[in-house]
Amino acid sequence: MKYVDEYRDATRARSLAAAIRAEAVPGAAYAFMEFCGGHTHAISRYGIEDLLPPAIRMIHGPGCPVCVLPVGRIDAAIALARDPRVTLCTYADLMRVPASRGTSLQKAKAEGADIRMVYSTLDALAIAAAEPEREVVFFAIGFETTTPPTAVAVQRAQREGLTNFSVFCNHVLTPVAMRAILTTGGEDAVRLDGFVGPAHVSTVIGTAPYEAVSAEFHKPVVVAGFEPLDVMQSILLLVRQVNEGRAEVENQYIRAVTPAGNQRAQAVMAEVFELRDRFEWRGLGWVPLSALRLRAEYARFDAEVRFGMETPSASDNPACECGAILRGVKRPAECRLFGTACTPETPMGSCMVSSEGACAAHWTYGRFRMPARRAS
Amino acid sequence: MKGHRRLDIRSGRVDMSHGAGGRAMAQLIADIFAAEFANEYLAQGNDQAAFDVPGGRMVMTTDGYVVSPLFFPGGDIGSLAVHGTINDIAMAGARPLYLTASYILEEGFPFADLARIAASMGRASREAGVPVVAGDTKVVERGKADGVFIATAGIGIVPPGIVLSGDQARPGDAVLLSGPIGDHGVAIMSCRENLSFGTEILSDSAALHGLVAAMVARAGAGLRLMRDPTRGGVAATLNEIANQSGVGILLSEAAIPVRPQVAAACELLGLDPLNVANEGRLIAIAAPEAAPALLEAMRAHPLGVDAALIGEVVEDADRFVQMTTGFGGGRIVDWLAGEQLPRIC
Repeated sequence: MKYVDEYRDATRARSLAAAIRAEAVPGAAYAFMEFCGGHTHAISRYGIEDLLPPAIRMIHGPGCPVCVLPVGRIDAAIALARDPRVTLCTYADLMRVPASRGTSLQKAKAEGADIRMVYSTLDALAIAAAEPEREVVFFAIGFETTTPPTAVAVQRAQREGLTNFSVFCNHVLTPVAMRAILTTGGEDAVRLDGFVGPAHVSTVIGTAPYEAVSAEFHKPVVVAGFEPLDVMQSILLLVRQVNEGRAEVENQYIRAVTPAGNQRAQAVMAEVFELRDRFEWRGLGWVPLSALRLRAEYARFDAEVRFGMETPSASDNPACECGAILRGVKRPAECRLFGTACTPETPMGSCMVSSEGACAAHWTYGRFRMPARRAS
Repeated sequence: MKGHRRLDIRSGRVDMSHGAGGRAMAQLIADIFAAEFANEYLAQGNDQAAFDVPGGRMVMTTDGYVVSPLFFPGGDIGSLAVHGTINDIAMAGARPLYLTASYILEEGFPFADLARIAASMGRASREAGVPVVAGDTKVVERGKADGVFIATAGIGIVPPGIVLSGDQARPGDAVLLSGPIGDHGVAIMSCRENLSFGTEILSDSAALHGLVAAMVARAGAGLRLMRDPTRGGVAATLNEIANQSGVGILLSEAAIPVRPQVAAACELLGLDPLNVANEGRLIAIAAPEAAPALLEAMRAHPLGVDAALIGEVVEDADRFVQMTTGFGGGRIVDWLAGEQLPRIC
């Protein structure tokens, strides 16, 4: 396939692997976090670990929207979907995320709640237009990549005079989360030598927003595409920065990302959304100024306002290590539930649900590398 | 029926009387099904078909068809029901003999669509040389079904000396695939209402018993087992085989044929072609010494021209299906968790 196969070329992969091996300083250890679940998926799916020298350890980050959404927000969405007036529209990944008391959106749907899978915000708008007697709520999640489409949907609903459409907003912000990764847990925070920076998020926000966190914590950030050669090349760039004592924001993904990003998308986001004082993340806890909500002038499209939604905190299964895995301080295989009680068929935690989740990626593509747990 | 007024196939619709067992039902069968399926067994006019069977080992299967949409690029629920049932029989190395079809119709379903499905089913059955020898029609209230559901049964006969079964794979065996994967699933997806995208991909839906006969004739006892990778795709089928046989399977991604259009659609939708459904492909496991001739026989048949050797059976207590990726790393090829797409067959 043109323009895709070129980024998955085995010969180029081998020469990049040789360069990484040659440039990694003997005896040194490099710990890099790939922030995005998309990178985690690529690393597992293409077997990139097999091509890296042992000195390089990749740590999976929190960049999986489904994974970082706390149980309380899903409980709130389920409670809303049980309102007989409401049709809840959601991306498919959320359907199977475990909520409190053994429930999930999928189970609530089976029990009669009107929950529909959509591929885009515009599908939800179309349902609202076609079924004016229903209260159609879009369950909006994601980082800056999925935020502009939600903003566009709200603006369009306003323009078209739709009075039965609203958004349950759970959009979160990437640079703030990077800072939280480096500070949460104090002494126990994960030790990192640099970040493989987000791909799609950076097409929207650009590379400039990472400058502050990179400088403050002296960590290199290389914004990387999601193809396997992109990841390999970015690892090489990170190794070079570490070796040379640099901590810069570099852009490997120049075919899609600019320093300033997509300013039209940023303008739409700023027009519709404002910062929340704080927001709860699975793994990172309550993080100040880390998420968005609808501005007051769009309040009638805000499901939390419209339905007086309550989103109390709820706790994860105490044995589930999703929190520590999302902070990078534990690996999936270090969770007692991994591959025993918790598999993609019967997920106990969110990281086992989404294809971008670290546990799902490890289980689905990489579990042959775990000799201790073999022969289950 | 004598002297009845013909159904208004152009604009008429199924109503509850067409399932009530009375004159309306007889008329529906006469005007829509009888001509399309005409054969000596149906002509007996009984509630069952009577026929003589040759001696030996027989296979029997049953299958349900609920695909949505009913009509898709390269086929429809009628032809799919014939192909799918025949393939289930053929995977035992058997020659399919007879089919049955039970139609469950939703009140309000247009006669025109039903006639189109019946014609397609009749054509597929004639082309395959496997008659539909008994049938049934039921009508349920509007909202209790989705247009048409079809349930089938089929029987076939296995040539002497052929014993194919999912538990027969042995370390060292070759894994063969009859053609490019994912065509059916992508064709279905391309016409889903909330997903529609333009593609020239047609479903691969086809009856494989001719290809199977050629393979059985060539490989004989060197052929261990065959499976058609339908729902869950090649990944699910190979995991089933690994589990049944207590072995591992090692694939080479570069050897697995995927059409560029299918690869592109999967890329766009975030799917893995290995998980996407096929309706006219088969996977064969064969002894290593029989594999070259078998591959040659497959490539000589119109439904196997793109056949390929995609991997080998290995010893593995974990029964993993693993793959060397085109990129050069290793990974597991797992079952799909949850559903990729509902109602593809």
